[in-house]
Amino acid sequence: MNKVTGTPAFVTRNSFIELNARARARILFDEESWREMVGPFDRMESPWLPMQDVTPEADDGCIVIKGKIAGKPAVAIALEGAFQGGSLGEVSGAKMMAALDLAAKDSREGSITAAVLLLETGGVRLQEANLGLAAVAEVVSSLLALREYAPVVTVIAGTVGCFGGMSLAAGVSSYVIMTREGRLGLNGPEVIEQESGIEEFDSTDRAMIWSIHGGEQRVGMGLADVLAEDDAENIASAVREFVSAGKPAQYRSRKVALYRERIAALDISHQIDPLALRKEWGKDVSHGEKQ
Amino acid sequence: MEQIDFVYPTATRRISGRSHVGVVGSGDMEVLLEPSIQDGAQVHITTSVAGFRDTWKAVFDRFFSRFDGAVQIQVNDAGATPGTVLLRLEQAAEAIK
Repeated sequence: MNKVTGTPAFVTRNSFIELNARARARILFDEESWREMVGPFDRMESPWLPMQDVTPEADDGCIVIKGKIAGKPAVAIALEGAFQGGSLGEVSGAKMMAALDLAAKDSREGSITAAVLLLETGGVRLQEANLGLAAVAEVVSSLLALREYAPVVTVIAGTVGCFGGMSLAAGVSSYVIMTREGRLGLNGPEVIEQESGIEEFDSTDRAMIWSIHGGEQRVGMGLADVLAEDDAENIASAVREFVSAGKPAQYRSRKVALYRERIAALDISHQIDPLALRKEWGKDVSHGEKQ
Repeated sequence: MEQIDFVYPTATRRISGRSHVGVVGSGDMEVLLEPSIQDGAQVHITTSVAGFRDTWKAVFDRFFSRFDGAVQIQVNDAGATPGTVLLRLEQAAEAIK
């Protein structure tokens, strides 16, 4: 906050969360360097939604923008959380996979192209279930191919969060940036409650949900790399840093033995306290908070 | 879901450029506005809420009483109110000026 008489920072800042997916993606790029690929006027809509009485979107809720970030070639793929919960269908999945594959192809041919995923999504689109599941598998395999050459940066700003199949994409990313408002988890709160009962997980208890899935907890546990304030320039600068940094020394998704050991060591005779877990798992976390 | 079409033959001013505004999120809609390849303006609406053809007609009549561009408009709607519809249309029209 500025002086008592000044305007508080949370009023003057340019909120990232309040931007739609297209605006979020654009703001990451160096000025005038970007262009949108397979945009709304190409009308690559979902053919499956109208058959089920659901209005489609002209870009199928997946925005692909190619350009330069911190002077380096990059592609941003943003899922629009407001459209069908940011869900991944046949068309949006194909767009995401094709963008990642083209980035990998460019990278192999010498033009290292980073990918930035802006994930606001509940995962697979239920109306296109099998095609969506296939898309998740393809996206993850494309991500694994690309990350051998170039950094893949995932941003989970909120407020939809990143769940289901797309949480796997976040899991294999080179870097994950989150805000306090963002959430990351394999199963969403409603699904856990439905499958395991309200005693296990109360999906209306927002404080509990954020204490488990929230950005602060995920970064604290070392499952995400940076906790950023909800500010467009702040998040863009965190993305630029990771794009410039190149590939990480070690991937989180390769630390299989470490996580197996940690999970085996958990005492499940009582409810695990999120703060205690953060302290235990976060002791080797070196990344700080970005203000 | 309902699909609705309108034509406005008197909107004949040639325009260039195209614009896209809005998101198909609850209470909102997207508009794709581009030059028409025919004479006059054509409107194609896909809306999640059936039974409001007359309301759509009234809103577009109002819009084309002030806008004369020969445009092709596609609307994908997820339950926008008439006020939001007019706002989105005016945003789209402003973006091509």
